[in-house]
Amino acid sequence: MIMIIQTYGTMLVKALGQTVLLTVLSLVFAMIIGMIFGLMNVGHSRILNFIGTVYVDAVRGVPLIVLAYFIYFGVPQGIQQMGFTNFKLEPLMAGTITLSLNCGAYMAEIIRAGIQSVDRGQMEAGRSLGLSYSAGMALIVVPQAIRTMIPSIINQFIITLKDTSILSAIGFPELTNVGKTIMGNTFKNLQAWAVVAIMYMIVIITLSKVSKRIERRINRGR
Amino acid sequence: MADSKNLGSSDASIQNKISVRSLRKNFGPLEVIKDISLDVTEGEVVVLIGPSGSGKSTFLRCLNQLETVTSGQIIIDGHDVTDKHTDINKVRENIGMVFQHFNLFNHLTVLKNMTLAPVHLKTLSKDEAKKKAFELLERVGLADKAGAYPSQLSGGQKQRVAIARALEMNPDIMLFDEPTSALDPEMVGEVLAVMKELAREGMTMVVVTHEIGFAREVASRVIFMEGGYIVEQGTPEEVLDNPKEPRTIDFLSKVL
Repeated sequence: MIMIIQTYGTMLVKALGQTVLLTVLSLVFAMIIGMIFGLMNVGHSRILNFIGTVYVDAVRGVPLIVLAYFIYFGVPQGIQQMGFTNFKLEPLMAGTITLSLNCGAYMAEIIRAGIQSVDRGQMEAGRSLGLSYSAGMALIVVPQAIRTMIPSIINQFIITLKDTSILSAIGFPELTNVGKTIMGNTFKNLQAWAVVAIMYMIVIITLSKVSKRIERRINRGR
Repeated sequence: MADSKNLGSSDASIQNKISVRSLRKNFGPLEVIKDISLDVTEGEVVVLIGPSGSGKSTFLRCLNQLETVTSGQIIIDGHDVTDKHTDINKVRENIGMVFQHFNLFNHLTVLKNMTLAPVHLKTLSKDEAKKKAFELLERVGLADKAGAYPSQLSGGQKQRVAIARALEMNPDIMLFDEPTSALDPEMVGEVLAVMKELAREGMTMVVVTHEIGFAREVASRVIFMEGGYIVEQGTPEEVLDNPKEPRTIDFLSKVL
């Protein structure tokens, strides 16, 4: 194990950096996607509801690895056949798109549920004072919904971080991918995967500790 | 009350603060309001009584369009709120509403609850809104609670803040939807006291309540509703003490 850390230490840390980069990028886009589709799903427009539902169902109905293959191998070929023969997706780009779409769908559901958990009377009180629907959402409903959403959002963050490992399948040089390389080079399977597992664990446990803190601070503020 | 301020105007829809014509409201196949017409003049205090499910609350919520109407017309201060082209948000600024469950904004302090709408809608500046909020809190006896969160208040205090919050918008009309029904009995008095003061000052009010004592003391008109219709209306003496309709008599015998 020491040997692995000595030989592959920098490579592993770099890979972990890639994992974190991919996670952070995906989460930023997923939040935006989730907010948009979540709000579409709570609104009263049938068309928007329908679009929102189709998106969430489509993403939830496809395994992540299939989605990754579709975006990394499938979509570029489609675009090339449309005449853009030089079109290519870098693994980082394809990975970010895949995870953003995936995480975004779950985020949309979390946001929808969070907003629906706020008592209807809150919006009605806002509207009765003359606020518009969007002002009521922004100033009254969403701030209250966020409190109930935070544990689920953090949970989704952790899941997304773990899901980055699936992108080793499209050759993105993240932690799991480097684990495969080490296994191939050294044949020390047990040690290699133990090191990789521990590295994931350290990051995730740190993340959940931080999130517990944030949660506590928010709950104290009410 | 009949000699309204708007003597110069001959247009009935302006003279009346609220004018409702042939209002109907269905929830799916369920007809909640079957045919209601009603005029409320300035300074009138109209109290709606009736058994639960009679459509009182729905009627009230139609007035500021928290419920859309199925058919009929509602004119508030000359604005047809049932017309899709009316800026309903603008009209609502002039109609305060107080809810059974208070509906204070739980994530904001009492002061912020009150200043949020006027500051956002720019009807008052931040400083004006604050100043006015403190005056109103003083009036409802809660000046020391400006920094408190709703969860730190009793039910009676919450409802008084809710009334103050509605008054912060300087409305012409106040709607009360069973404002004391969710309160412990010992807190009903403090909320009714604030409402009585408002009525005395000449606020136009429509109140849905089960407080017959309040109706007797404050109402300029009592309306008994049942099954989506107005069954009987008149002064408190007429409706509460000498009801003519058998259904009114029956209802009053149960609540008095």
